Amino acid sequence: MSETDENARLDRAFLALADPVRRALVARLSRGPATVNELAEPFAMSKQGVSKHIQVLESAGLITRSRNGQQRPCHLDPEALEALTAWIDTYRLEAERRFRQLDVLLETRSQENPAPRAEQGEKK
Amino acid sequence: MSNPTTITATPGEQVVDIERVVDAPVAAVYRAYTDPELYAQWCGPRGYVMDLTRFDVRDGGSWAFVHHTPDGGDFGFHGSYHSVQPLERIVQTFEYEGVPGHVSLEAVSFEDLGEQTRIRVHTVFQSVEGRDGMVAAGMATGVNEGFEQMDELLAN
Repeated sequence: MSETDENARLDRAFLALADPVRRALVARLSRGPATVNELAEPFAMSKQGVSKHIQVLESAGLITRSRNGQQRPCHLDPEALEALTAWIDTYRLEAERRFRQLDVLLETRSQENPAPRAEQGEKK
Repeated sequence: MSNPTTITATPGEQVVDIERVVDAPVAAVYRAYTDPELYAQWCGPRGYVMDLTRFDVRDGGSWAFVHHTPDGGDFGFHGSYHSVQPLERIVQTFEYEGVPGHVSLEAVSFEDLGEQTRIRVHTVFQSVEGRDGMVAAGMATGVNEGFEQMDELLAN
């Protein structure tokens, strides 16, 4: 998959999850497959309304639907979700790593100079 | 355990917000951001040599650095300081030379909490693709670093 395709896929997935109902649907599906009727139950929303949300998740590649007679249960695609968490985790890791290095530096310096001088601004 | 880092990257938007409290007074934190010697100590990926080639922290000044990786790779970054308000806020541009043309605008603000300081980094990218691409580029370092080195740092 090219980088552009990968980006486009992530964009669709993030957009799909930018909605509380769809996040709740994903949370429900993380416990196992479910039919549209089952998914619609906890929501004060028509089955058609829930179906639309499911379509968005489906076209974002986050869920798949299998054929099982008349029923078409929805399944979460774990690989697609992993790609999403990998994206945000990477950013978080990088930022956290940097802040931890800052912690270490600040701690070392405060031990060297127990009372940090309150001089204003930097000197050039 | 270290203080939590909050990262907000709303889907479909070209913004990333990072927030973190550090256990040091604002003067010490500000110095870590503006003193070249200190900056190079914490801002570079671990195990890389960070070569600060320009570090002129003032309105209209500029900065540039190169990360030298242990296997001989070089990653260059540069930008300009738009405004520098000592102890409060630094607004600067940021460009990774591996993805030229994608310049982001970064506002770092420091909130004085007495013995602690809240750091906020508000970054606006030129496009959603630019934002996501920057994160993808960071993977080269971020993933390799992993949790091991983080634990090591925490133990220090």
